[in-house]
Amino acid sequence: MSEALPAAGGRVDLTLSTKVEGDRTVVAVGGEIDVYTAPRLREHLIDLVSGGSYHLIIDMESVDFLDSTGLGVLVGGLKRVRSHDGSLHLVCTQDRILKIFRITGLTKVFPIHATVDEALAAAE
Amino acid sequence: MATVDVSFTPLPAHVRTARLVALAMARRIGVAEDTLDEVRLAVGEACSRAVGVHAVRAPGTPVTMRLSDDDGCFTVEVTDAGVLEDDLETEIGALDASRLSAVVGPEGPLDALPPGFGLVVIGGLVEQVDVRCDESGTHVTMTWPAPGPIDLTRD
Repeated sequence: MSEALPAAGGRVDLTLSTKVEGDRTVVAVGGEIDVYTAPRLREHLIDLVSGGSYHLIIDMESVDFLDSTGLGVLVGGLKRVRSHDGSLHLVCTQDRILKIFRITGLTKVFPIHATVDEALAAAE
Repeated sequence: MATVDVSFTPLPAHVRTARLVALAMARRIGVAEDTLDEVRLAVGEACSRAVGVHAVRAPGTPVTMRLSDDDGCFTVEVTDAGVLEDDLETEIGALDASRLSAVVGPEGPLDALPPGFGLVVIGGLVEQVDVRCDESGTHVTMTWPAPGPIDLTRD
């Protein structure tokens, strides 16, 4: 399964692409996750969990901007999968994105990996 | 002192515009390149917070942002129509383990971080930040060093 969801109006503020790897679902996110676009990511994660995807890997390597609203959506996703004994792993090596996780202490909450393959291996 | 005043309808879509304006001015007046990401994130957090406050308290009132270039400093002041109420909001830059577990635990809100989380981020990013309330609302003021505009006439 793969889908690309450009933002309304044609501007690519946020892109979402999803593929299934075994029992893991990898969501590649691109663009900006902020107070405007975060609701679309939230809806996407809700749809995945509602559809039975409880082990998520969110690839953030193409994310250009992430604020605390986006963090809230990721925390919400984590809570949703945990309620089904699932997991949520992140893929990110960009320091400017990792910084907000460090500031808020959320590096202790999310497993963060350098590559999708590493996340897939860790999630097994 | 040079100033730029921005006033915008409190809608999430305009927060990005505010970020871009602040980034453009920061770059123009010489804020260090490796600090620009901090400026973008901190301004975004302050504006997002203000939009959230206005959504509840003053949906018809614009959020204001004043950008100033003064004495080698770049200052951004975001003013909203609300007042600080949550205790967490007064503890800028502090988020201890117990609060963090409350955020991510099952008892916390599902999709939103607690009020004041944006200020925690700002406090962690910006060395010089001031939050004060008066009768007009809450003012979040952030300051960065800015040595001056790049001289494009020099070799």
